[in-house]
Amino acid sequence: MEADPKEARKSTKGGWIFLLAGLIGALIVGWIIFPVLLYSEKSQPLTFSHASHGPESDAGLDCEECHFFYKDGTFSGIPKIKKCIECHEDPESPLTESPEEVKLFTEYVGPEKEIPWLIYSRQPDCVYFPHIAHVKMAEIECSVCHGDFATRKTSPPYKVNRLTGYSIDIWGRNIAGYKRNTWDNMKMDDCAECHTKKGKEDNNACFVCHK
Amino acid sequence: MKKEDTTKGNRYGMVIDLDKCTGCGVCLIACASENNIPVMYDESDKTRNITWLQIYMVTNGKEFPETEVIYIPRPCMQCDNPPCVPVCPATATDKDPTSGIISQIYTRCIGCRYCMAACPYHARVFNWFDPWFPEGMDRYLSPEVSPRMRGVVEKCSFCHHRLMRAKAKANVEGRRDLKEDEYIPACVEACPTKAITFGDLNNPKHKISELIKSPHAFRLLERLNTEPKVYYISTKNWVRRMADNYLSGEFKDRS
Repeated sequence: MEADPKEARKSTKGGWIFLLAGLIGALIVGWIIFPVLLYSEKSQPLTFSHASHGPESDAGLDCEECHFFYKDGTFSGIPKIKKCIECHEDPESPLTESPEEVKLFTEYVGPEKEIPWLIYSRQPDCVYFPHIAHVKMAEIECSVCHGDFATRKTSPPYKVNRLTGYSIDIWGRNIAGYKRNTWDNMKMDDCAECHTKKGKEDNNACFVCHK
Repeated sequence: MKKEDTTKGNRYGMVIDLDKCTGCGVCLIACASENNIPVMYDESDKTRNITWLQIYMVTNGKEFPETEVIYIPRPCMQCDNPPCVPVCPATATDKDPTSGIISQIYTRCIGCRYCMAACPYHARVFNWFDPWFPEGMDRYLSPEVSPRMRGVVEKCSFCHHRLMRAKAKANVEGRRDLKEDEYIPACVEACPTKAITFGDLNNPKHKISELIKSPHAFRLLERLNTEPKVYYISTKNWVRRMADNYLSGEFKDRS
């Protein structure tokens, strides 16, 4: 018995729905679910408020008080616990009513233990980044790469890529690498983009940023 | 082929006085500890171990009492016309336009070892194993040099991290240019007989620019036109002759 060609045509009708459903499903998995699963979230050991330490706060500290350059040009990065103790010295007379400060006293200041901060902008081991060349010589603001950290009241969660072990701030929050602000991504291409824009093409050579 | 202009920027180079070199090997040790060079399970396996700087012992082949021995320390020649760079399929190595140093980016290297075949000086070595350090030694590793993984090629970088360190220090004073003694590799600093001089070949004020004008200065395998930036000095005629392949009777004393 031969199949009616009209019948056969009818049976393939509606196949595109399955194609579309599969495509949309795959796109949702690839662009939404996978990027969420890719990163595991950790919170900082303490919530640190730059807003209540910075120049416009009651504490009124200059940025360079904690983030300074050593005499040999290396950058101090995140201050050690000794720097915290300079102000937060007496558990009996805390500077604020914040429970985070109590935590600071009991867990870190008391035993003089370093706070294991999770560093959002930590680059891979093969990368050399001199802060002094960018901050002093090129006069680039901290926020160009680090964003609005200086005015933040809390520490955002630290998201780490489960495959590479690097922070989400390196690749950027957008899986496609699309960025709105200069500080969204911290990949090699972002460094090169800025170098090229500022007419420093020579600095795109491998041995400028790699070690 | 377009000839590159090598008069611009810095061109860091080295002059090694072979008459002063005693072959003690301190430069080797300094190099290995400076650059986080791992220890192998069997360091006597010279086909597999890692050495950025190698010392070759050569003799004039004559019987006693005419025997003469010299030692030739051989870092990467940092050629102006490097044979290793154009062959790299991954662009993991290139010549830095501002320092003339040949870079090697380990995370980019795919380990094909084409560059090793291209290098006439055997300056490149391959990591056959993952790096390993005896217990306690890992605490002496330098954070300024990234360790290499199994399956990549590495080589002498003229202690490139020291150049970066010197630049950062100069930036504190607002300078971009370095003074002569601010950047020297570890082997140069360690040499007890001061046989190695380091400096910028493009800077006529540097001592090295004077030294390479000596009639006793030569480079290894000069005829290959690799234009090495490592020069040697020897007053001995047979040493200079040995530095390249000559036909019998071809070599003329250049002094």
